[in-house]
Amino acid sequence: MIAGVALLAICTLIGQLLGEGLGVLLGVKANVGGVGIAMILLIAARMWLKTRGRYNEGVSRGIGFWGALYIPIVVAMAAQQDVVAAVEGGPIVLIAGVGALLLCFSAVALISRLSGTPETMDEIEAREAREALDAARAPSPVTTH
Amino acid sequence: MEMITKVLTANALLTAFAVVGIVMWLSNILSAKLTMGRVHGSAIAILIGLALAFWGGIATGGHKGLADLPMLAGIGLMGGAMLRDFAIVATACEVDVEQAKKAGLIGVVALLLGTILPFIVGALVAASFGYTDAVSMTTIGAGAVTYIVGPVTGAAIGASSPVIALSIATGVFKAVMVMVGTPLVAGLIGLNNPRSAMVFGGLMGTVSGVSGGLAATDRRLVPYGALTATFHTGLGCLVAPSILYLIVRAIVGG
Repeated sequence: MIAGVALLAICTLIGQLLGEGLGVLLGVKANVGGVGIAMILLIAARMWLKTRGRYNEGVSRGIGFWGALYIPIVVAMAAQQDVVAAVEGGPIVLIAGVGALLLCFSAVALISRLSGTPETMDEIEAREAREALDAARAPSPVTTH
Repeated sequence: MEMITKVLTANALLTAFAVVGIVMWLSNILSAKLTMGRVHGSAIAILIGLALAFWGGIATGGHKGLADLPMLAGIGLMGGAMLRDFAIVATACEVDVEQAKKAGLIGVVALLLGTILPFIVGALVAASFGYTDAVSMTTIGAGAVTYIVGPVTGAAIGASSPVIALSIATGVFKAVMVMVGTPLVAGLIGLNNPRSAMVFGGLMGTVSGVSGGLAATDRRLVPYGALTATFHTGLGCLVAPSILYLIVRAIVGG
C-alpha cells in the first residue's frame, strides 16, 4: 500500500519539478503543466510495472485510495474559496465572468458537434464489460450440445 | 466547550475529514430524497461547500472561506493545492490511454481557444467599464482566463492593486460558476465522453473549476478534463503578459 502512495508522491513531485522547470525555461512565473506531466508519468509507471508483473494489489490500493478521496478534497477546496470577494466584485466581475463562461460552454458544444459523436462513457463501459466477459469465456471451451 | 475547541484545533486535518464527510453524507441524502438522484450528491456537496465558504468569509472577514475559522483550518490543508494535485494525479490510473490520444490535437485547439476567448471578453468588458488603458484591460482579461493568470499578468506588466483585485475576483467568480453551471449544461454541450471532457478542460481552464464541475457531472470524466486543464494556467501565464498584452497595446495604445 505504501508503495502505491510513494509512487504517486514521487510522480507528483517529479511532475511539479518539471512543471516549474518548464516555467523557468519559458520565463513564466507559474507551473506549466506539472499535474499533467505527473499524470503521464504515473500512467507510464503503471504500464512499466504491469509488464514486469510488479503492479500488485498493494500498489493499486495505495493509488486508488487517493483517487477515491478526490471528490471530498474538491468539496474542501470549494469551502475555502474567496466567495465573498467573487460576489462583491460587482457588475464588471459578473459580466466578464458569465460572458467568458457562456462563450466557452458554446465553444465546447461546437467542437463536440463538429468532431462527430464519439462513444459516451456509458457506452465505453458497456463495451469493456462485454469484452471482459468474452475474454473470460474464450479460454475455457464451451460444453453445450 | 473549550476542551472541544482544543481537540478539534489540535487535530485540524481530522476535523476537516469529519466535517467534509458529514457534508457529503447530507448531500447524498438530499440528492436521493429531494431530487430523486437527478442532481449529483457531489454537486450538492460542492454547493454547500461554496455556501459555507461565503458564510466563513462574512464571519471572519478573511479570504479563505471556512478555512479562516481556527477550528476548521484543516479544510485549508485538505482542499489546498498539495492534496488536490495529489488526488488528481491519482485519477490518472483511470485514464484510457487510447481515448486520451484520440483527443490530443483537439485538446490543444481547445486550450488555445480557452485562453483567447475569455481574454477578449474580459478585456472588452473592462474597457466598457472605463478601464481603457492597455495594462488594466490585459490584467482583467487575464483574470477572465483564470484567477492565477490575472495576478501573475498584472504583476508582470505593473497593474494597480484594485485592478489586480478585480481580475482575481473575475477568475474566482468564473471558477465558481464553472463548478455550479457545468452539471446544468452538461447534456446541452455533449459532456458525456472522454473527448468532450478533454475539450472542456482545455476551454474552461482552472483545475479547480474544471475538476469541481466534472466531479459534479460525472466522476469518470475528471481525469480527462484535468489532463488538459493543467496546462491552461501555464499557457495563460505565458501568453497574457507577452503576446496578448502587446496586441492590446497595439490596438488601444499606451
